[in-house]
Amino acid sequence: MLSFFLKRVSLIIPTFVGVTLLTFALIRLVPGDPIELLVGERGIDPARHAMLRAELGLDKPLLSQYVIYISDVLQGNLGKSIVTKTPVLDEFLTLFPATIELSLFALLLAVLIGLPVGILAAVRRGSIFDYSAMGLAVTGYSMPIFWWALLLILTFSVQLGWTPVSGRLSALYWVDPVTGFMLIDSLLSDEKGSFLDAVRHLILPAIALGTIPLAIIARMTRSSMLEVLGEDYIRTARAKGLPPLRVIGLHALRNAMIPVITVIGLAVGVLFAGAILTETIFAWPGVGKWLVESVRRRDYPVLQGGVLLVATVVMSVNLIVDVLYGLINPRIRYRR
Amino acid sequence: MTAKTPSTAGTAQAPPHPLVEFWRYFSANRGATVGLAVIVLISIVAASADVISLYAPEEQYRDAFLRPPAWTEGGSMRFILGTDDIGRDILSRIIYGARVSMSIGALVVTLSLGLGIALGLAAGFARGVVEIAIMRVMDIMLALPALLLAIVIVAILGPSLINAAMAIVIVALPHYVRLTRAAVISETAKDYVTASRVSGAGVIRLMLITVLPNCLAPLIVQATLGFSTAILDLAALGFLGLGAQPPTPEWGTMLANALQFIQRAWWVVTFPGLAILITVLAFNLMGDGLRDALDPKLKR
Repeated sequence: MLSFFLKRVSLIIPTFVGVTLLTFALIRLVPGDPIELLVGERGIDPARHAMLRAELGLDKPLLSQYVIYISDVLQGNLGKSIVTKTPVLDEFLTLFPATIELSLFALLLAVLIGLPVGILAAVRRGSIFDYSAMGLAVTGYSMPIFWWALLLILTFSVQLGWTPVSGRLSALYWVDPVTGFMLIDSLLSDEKGSFLDAVRHLILPAIALGTIPLAIIARMTRSSMLEVLGEDYIRTARAKGLPPLRVIGLHALRNAMIPVITVIGLAVGVLFAGAILTETIFAWPGVGKWLVESVRRRDYPVLQGGVLLVATVVMSVNLIVDVLYGLINPRIRYRR
Repeated sequence: MTAKTPSTAGTAQAPPHPLVEFWRYFSANRGATVGLAVIVLISIVAASADVISLYAPEEQYRDAFLRPPAWTEGGSMRFILGTDDIGRDILSRIIYGARVSMSIGALVVTLSLGLGIALGLAAGFARGVVEIAIMRVMDIMLALPALLLAIVIVAILGPSLINAAMAIVIVALPHYVRLTRAAVISETAKDYVTASRVSGAGVIRLMLITVLPNCLAPLIVQATLGFSTAILDLAALGFLGLGAQPPTPEWGTMLANALQFIQRAWWVVTFPGLAILITVLAFNLMGDGLRDALDPKLKR
């Protein structure tokens, strides 16, 4: 198991180095002078320009520039935002809990609905339920989620008035950030009703973001279950006279879950791409919205550092999924 | 797979032509045929946009800001799906938007498929350092969520329709490269390739004539699904203001500032998105049908 784990970790290192090369190149590939990009719209006098150039090491050869960059990165120094002048890492850490909270609830929704729907569709293959569930799944999978989010706002916020349009909490409440997770912080605070308010803010973005993972999980669960239900050991279990619920819930589901867990793990990338759009629409103060705004404001240090951090998070989650996969499926662990 | 059986059994029925067999499986899938029909329809609409649309997509009617659709109160047959905030006919913009989405989708799929096949063939045949180099770069690209990578590329190139298309080509590339390489590696281990190599076929001939045709099935499926991803990503970039720039009638760009009209003009929000959904759904349905029809394991 340890060698399996180490092998997976060693595979990640070249990818991480590659991503640092990409983010290193990013600010240098943008047309124009990097210093003028860094100081923003206002001009800069030549003396200060030369000083900044030396300060940032831009007068050194590319290779030593990269060495400086990577040692900075490894020390957690990702530069400062041009707009706010705060370190990129600090901004990221402040905003990241909001993205995690949103993504976790979206994923929870996707799993809680997707799994039973997929199982039931497989068990009742060819039924009306199967057809309509899979029809809805392919529709959900094709959904432009920024439009889906707009429709949800149109229906539930504008017409029915059930949920707020944007943000994480109404201005009525003030909750001190302790963990950064609004649901936890609101419970910790003594503001009455703030928890319910936070839930009402969370629900629409979570539905919007969870729709595509939900569709993927439902489809994957169904096809994985169908494959397993055709296996000999299922016939054996049935022939032994085990109750159907036990056959499906225990013998089939356990084995069908293996590919489903991979899909759930891979959904992290999908979730993040979706978070960029969802957060932008719902004015959700998370990492996705932050990155889009950094592009609009031409705040390149934020984009550069943010991309590296997001890539690191995605790679780490994929690593964890890989390792979990090895834990539940010995066949993977001992391959090669 | 391609080996012909000797025609000793004269009485046996001749197997149907592969295309006939393919169509039999494909047309049995109702979703796939509907998807195909919708795609044909949208393509016709896109091609004949100049003829069928009533107005030019950029034409502004100052007397008709935010007119509701024809069947609602206050609507008229003049603007069937209503008008937007500066008096442009939404139906005409959606019709021209079909042209933008379909042509950019075709461009993106052609380029990423072509480049992906070339790199995948190179990796699958060369092995060694070339293979490792190509596949590592693809791994790096896959480490970033697709939309984020596209945003980074647009941030470098600058926001425009063509730059967004280029970004989507690059983002889509790893899937084609991986598929081609995997198919090439499994095919080159087979006897027919060895036979061809032994009889003196050069590398280029082996790649393009011997091996590639047998790798096409998964690539065709991926290209169809890639079409839907391209349209979705293009619309998402347009929505974020990083793709097609106004006044280009692009479906995602049309939604970019729709949020501010959500209270008073639902039609501005609804129809462009519906167009995206229908098109993407059609390609996904067809892709699913193609996969079932082309995958021998699923047959029967």
